[in-house]
Amino acid sequence: MYLVPSLVMFGCGVFGFITRKNMIAMLISLELMLNSVDINFVVFNRFLYPEQHEGMFFTLFAIAIAAAETAVAIALIINVYRVVKNVDINQLTKLKF
Amino acid sequence: MESLGNIILYFVAALSIIVFSVMTVTTKKILRSATYLMFVLLATAVIYFQMDYEFLGAVQIAVYAGGIVVLFVFAIMLTHKPGNDVAPLTLHKKWLGLAAALLGVVLCGYALFSYTKFCGATITSVSALDMNQLGHMLLSTDKLGYLLPFEAISVLLLACIIGGVVIARKR
Repeated sequence: MYLVPSLVMFGCGVFGFITRKNMIAMLISLELMLNSVDINFVVFNRFLYPEQHEGMFFTLFAIAIAAAETAVAIALIINVYRVVKNVDINQLTKLKF
Repeated sequence: MESLGNIILYFVAALSIIVFSVMTVTTKKILRSATYLMFVLLATAVIYFQMDYEFLGAVQIAVYAGGIVVLFVFAIMLTHKPGNDVAPLTLHKKWLGLAAALLGVVLCGYALFSYTKFCGATITSVSALDMNQLGHMLLSTDKLGYLLPFEAISVLLLACIIGGVVIARKR
């Protein structure tokens, strides 16, 4: 029963990632998906193997990796904004300037 | 999970996760989207606390709700000129996104609810992992130790710091 909000959160992440055009909004949707996966790890650990702690440590490391990934992605987006003056993915058609 | 307060708390957290995550992806203003994301992450921390993972809830609040959301707000402020009227977020390919999301949710929901053993499961109370034990597990090299991923994460964070500075540097 803890998996239901996680499932809805992942669905919202997929919907936002497909429909958004702003790069920061896409990154926010990506964070939603990562967070729902973290909830799943913790729930499976707690309900199926409550005396072990693998899922909890996995979530701990996943949170750290998500933070690092977000920092790099935001650095990239700010750099793109400096060149293109826009964060819309339709304006971003070239890989090299 | 048996007491009434815990059940009410679970329903509040689950409902706020569902409502705010839908609002995150459907709102027109990007700053509101980041704020709703913060509410979703705080409700997730409530769920971690409810499952007796206090350290994980604290990490969730400190890293996600405290760090990543602030980073998002900074990025939004840097890339959308405040004061100018910001173009509202538009949704394109709405039907494709809706179809993909609904297909995934229905498929996983069917799989979830057909496995009824897991649906009504209650939390078995175990002794919570205290901080002392957690620190020893995080830095030990024996069978249940996590020293190697810990060090790998530290190297990854260093690489991310350097990469972020190099990418976002003014030329």
